[in-house]
Amino acid sequence: MTSPLHELLAADRFAVTAEISPPKGSDCGEFLEKARALRGTVDAINVTDNQGANMRISPLAPAALLVREGIEPILQLTCRDRNRLALQSELLAAAAFGVTNVLALTGDYITFGDHAAAKPVFDLDAVQLLQAITTLNAGRDLAGTALHGVPRFYPGAAAAPEAEPFELTLAKLRKKAAAGARFFQTQALFSPEKLIRFGEAVRPLGVKVIAGVILIKSAGMARYMNARIPGLTVPQELVAELDDAPRPLETGTAIARRLVATLRPHCDGIHIMAMGKEELIPEILADLHRGD
Amino acid sequence: MIVSKQKPFSEILASLENISRVFLIGCAKCATVCKSGGEEQVWRMQEDLIAAGKEVTGSMVIDEACHMLRVQRDLRAKGEMVTAAEALIVLSCGAGVQSVSAGSDRATIAALDTLFLGNIRRFGQFEQRCSLCGECRLNETAGICPVTACPKGILNGPCGGMSEGKCEVSPDAECAWYQIFVRLRDRDGRPLSPETTPPKDFSKLVKPGSLTLER
Repeated sequence: MTSPLHELLAADRFAVTAEISPPKGSDCGEFLEKARALRGTVDAINVTDNQGANMRISPLAPAALLVREGIEPILQLTCRDRNRLALQSELLAAAAFGVTNVLALTGDYITFGDHAAAKPVFDLDAVQLLQAITTLNAGRDLAGTALHGVPRFYPGAAAAPEAEPFELTLAKLRKKAAAGARFFQTQALFSPEKLIRFGEAVRPLGVKVIAGVILIKSAGMARYMNARIPGLTVPQELVAELDDAPRPLETGTAIARRLVATLRPHCDGIHIMAMGKEELIPEILADLHRGD
Repeated sequence: MIVSKQKPFSEILASLENISRVFLIGCAKCATVCKSGGEEQVWRMQEDLIAAGKEVTGSMVIDEACHMLRVQRDLRAKGEMVTAAEALIVLSCGAGVQSVSAGSDRATIAALDTLFLGNIRRFGQFEQRCSLCGECRLNETAGICPVTACPKGILNGPCGGMSEGKCEVSPDAECAWYQIFVRLRDRDGRPLSPETTPPKDFSKLVKPGSLTLER
């Protein structure tokens, strides 16, 4: 097994992951505090990569710091900001730091972020990045040259189970699986129906499904996500529930907690996106009986 | 055709700070079609420059400003009008500007910004369909170019931002891979290829490009 997360999923045990954004700046203190507080609650922590195309510290540094703390990271790596040389060398650096789980992403488009004038790279796409990871795992780089020191990555990819047309989404997911993805972490889900359809389609590909649950902090945030975040739709009844809530954050937490319970039977793991409110993750997971 | 548009006049004026006599050059091909450097725009530029206190020694619209020898010949034919000018203002794409800058010892000022290789949708409406990427994959993508139609130019299907067939970057636009998916289905009756397209070979595109035909 390449990593404890790999071991867990391979043994058909339920996995819990959560994401934390690295800081804008070099001080990882707060990031590490949040991560430490989740020790024992989650199995691995996704370290996002210039999320939303907003410049932050490279996820490699906080991921390496997590390894040092004995906390398992999932390094997110996008194709937006690096060409194939930079992607491979970042991966080798990750391996040198003991980072094994990698989530290969294409990346949000550059104009969404805080450096809208920057040159978008996209030298590789997520499928080709997964192929690159598989190639490195086999001891070669993309030019075919043998590596001195071979990494053992556990590659994953993102999936948007609610994106329509599903047949088109699925064509891409099949390529991701064929290119080496061993687990999918999904975009935030709000009902089990799409997850069930998704699971049925990707399970034959030998890929584990970690279902995304997002903490919606207010009705405003729900509306913003519906308007601005592609592949994600907060159902109207949840928006209304948040609208009527005297304390929206509590209601949002309760909704996330409910979703965890609803999605639980249809996936191999849950991925919590707490949007800066990571201290609420234990509460969101309170009803999760992991059966181990 | 090459789509271009005029720089703001204030920017053009700013590059003429210490120059009072200018000669104007337009292009009869692309810049005429996209109304950035045809007869009409050259004439208007002349009016605006005179109003701004500049002296215009003359003007011409070259048949193809990208044709280097023709530009040299046409500049020579204009003789004194050109030599009397301190600077040549060129209303053509960047290729044309450089034909002029290479073919004259006068300062050359580009009056246009060059945007893209464009298709003409209808009069005055241009769309980029080809990125001149040097490695055409249209035979595999139902004649729709994902390198161009997708802002990310990705080669293996839609990104996670595709929603209801729309693009995350311009929600009014259709996702390139959705267009390909639909056309393959409806026209050819086949699904997207399950084969992974390898990364592009950018070594085929080392700049500056050149091509010499064998005789």
